[in-house]
Amino acid sequence: VSANRAAQRSSAIHRIPSGTRDVLPDEMRELRAMTDRIRSVFDGAGYGEVYTPALEYEQTFQRVDIVGAQPAYRVFDEHGSVLVLRPDMTVPIARLVATRYTHAEPPLRFSYVAHAYRGVRPQRGQSRELLQAGVELIGSPGAPGTAEVLGVLCAALDAAGLQNYRVGLGDASLYPSLLEAMDVAVDRRELILAELAAGNFVGVDREIHALDLPPADSELLLRLARTRGGPDVLEGLEGALHDALGGMREVHRRVPPQVAERIIFDLGLVRSIGYYTGAVFQVYDPAYGVPIGSGGRYDELLGAFGRPLPAVGFALNVERLHIALTGEERLGR
Amino acid sequence: MSELRIAVPRGALFTDTLALLDRLGLDTREVRDNDRKLLFEGSGIITMRPSDVPTYVEAGAADLGITGKDVLMEQSEREVYELVDLGYGRCRMVLATVAGEDRAAEALRRLGVVRIATKYPRIAARHFLETGRQAEIVEVKGSVELAPLTGLVEAIVDLTATGTTLRENGLVIREEIAVCTARLIANPVAHKLRAATIDRLLERIHAV
Repeated sequence: VSANRAAQRSSAIHRIPSGTRDVLPDEMRELRAMTDRIRSVFDGAGYGEVYTPALEYEQTFQRVDIVGAQPAYRVFDEHGSVLVLRPDMTVPIARLVATRYTHAEPPLRFSYVAHAYRGVRPQRGQSRELLQAGVELIGSPGAPGTAEVLGVLCAALDAAGLQNYRVGLGDASLYPSLLEAMDVAVDRRELILAELAAGNFVGVDREIHALDLPPADSELLLRLARTRGGPDVLEGLEGALHDALGGMREVHRRVPPQVAERIIFDLGLVRSIGYYTGAVFQVYDPAYGVPIGSGGRYDELLGAFGRPLPAVGFALNVERLHIALTGEERLGR
Repeated sequence: MSELRIAVPRGALFTDTLALLDRLGLDTREVRDNDRKLLFEGSGIITMRPSDVPTYVEAGAADLGITGKDVLMEQSEREVYELVDLGYGRCRMVLATVAGEDRAAEALRRLGVVRIATKYPRIAARHFLETGRQAEIVEVKGSVELAPLTGLVEAIVDLTATGTTLRENGLVIREEIAVCTARLIANPVAHKLRAATIDRLLERIHAV
C-alpha cells in the first residue's frame, strides 16, 4: 500500500481552480441519468430547451438588479469589450426572448440544463461552475403562472427520484410592502430586510423594537418574519395583510394536491436574487442542509430588455440535487 | 425534542448551556458524566469547540447549535439562522494596549498603521476598517496578552469577561468593539422543515 501511495504522490500535480472539479464516468452516468429524466419532464410540459452563450456582454447584466447572483468573472475580447461568464440563465433567456421572440405571442416556455458561474468564498466547498436545470415561463402573470411552474418543479424533482423534498413558497413583496405601509423609513426598511435575508432573527427583533411602532404592528412584523408552515398560516390575518396573501392562497388553490402537500408557506421568505418581484420559492430536502434550488416571479426583468412581460421560473442545482438523492438513499438503507 | 440534533459548545459556555438544556427538559446527565464522548444519541447532543458550532449547523450535521456572538461575528459568512440571544456568557470584544501612554494611538499618528494581535482577525480588521484607521492584523492562536508585552504588536483585540487577565498582564481597555452573549443558531433548512419542533423549543426557552 505504501509503495502505491508513494507512486501516487510522485505523479504530476496539475491543479484546477478551487470551486471547480472534474467529473468522472461513474458520477457522470448518474448525473446524466438524472438530467435526462428532468429534461423529459421539461419537454413534456412544453418547455423547449435552449442554450445561450456562456460569455455575455457585461452590460447585459447591468440592466437589471442581480444582487445575489452577480457576475464574478470578466474578460476583455479582442475589441476591448468586457465579457462576463453568465452568473445565471434567467437574464440570458430574458435577453433571448426580447431579441429573438420580439413578436411571438406569449406565453413562452423555455428550459435549460446549463452551467452558471459564481464567485466563491474560499474554503467553503462552493462551486464556481454550477450546473443548473430550470425553466422560465414568460408572459403568464400571477398565480396561474406560478402554479404551473411549481407543478413542473415538483414533477422534475419526482422524476429525479427525490422522495422527501419540500418547496418553501413566500412573497418577496410581502414584508417590504408591509414595512412601507407602516411608514418605516427607507434606510430602516433596508436594515430589517438585510437582517431577515441573513436569517438573523435577533437582529430583526432589535431593529423592529428600535422603530417605536404601535405594539400591534411590531408584534405583527416579529411574528410574520417567523411564520412558516401549512396553508393555515395564510388564514387568520386581517385587512390588507389578508389581501396581500391572496396571491399565495390562489397558488395553493390552483396546484394539484401532490404539489400542495409539498409546499411550506413561508411569510418571512425574502428574495435571494434582486430581480424577484413576487412569489419566491426554495427547494429543501431533509437529507441535505442547504437549499437545492430556488426560483420566483420576476415581472420587471423582461421590461429592462424592452419586452415587458411578467415571468416566473426556477433553477435546480444539479450537483446539490445529486447529493440530496444519495443522502436520501443512505438514510433509507 | 430529542428528534433535533443540537451542537453544544465545550468551554466557557458549557455549564450555562447544559443548565439551559436541563431546564428545557433534556437529559444532560450523560454529557456531564463523560467529558471525552462527543456524540450523545439519546439526547441529540453533540459537543465541540464553540468555533466549530457554526460549521456543523451550516452543513446540517446539527439542526441547532449554541455558540458565542463573537464566533458568529468572526464567521459572519456562515449561512445559519440566529434565532435567540440567550443572554448568558456575556463578554466584551475590546481593543487593549499596555497601560500608560497609548502606543496604538502613537503608532497610528507616527507610523500611519497599528499592529494588532488577535484570535479574531476578521472582527479586528472590520473594526479598524469601519473606524477609518489602518491596521496590520497579526493572527495568534493563544495568549494574545503576550503579544503587546513583547513588542510584537502595539495592541490586541480580544474577548474579555471580567478583565482580570488583561489587568494581570498590565493591559488596559481602550475601546469596546461589541458585547457578546450566547446565541441559539439553526440550520436554515431545518428551520423550515422542522418548524413546529423548533418553534415549540423556542417557546420553552422564552418561558424559562
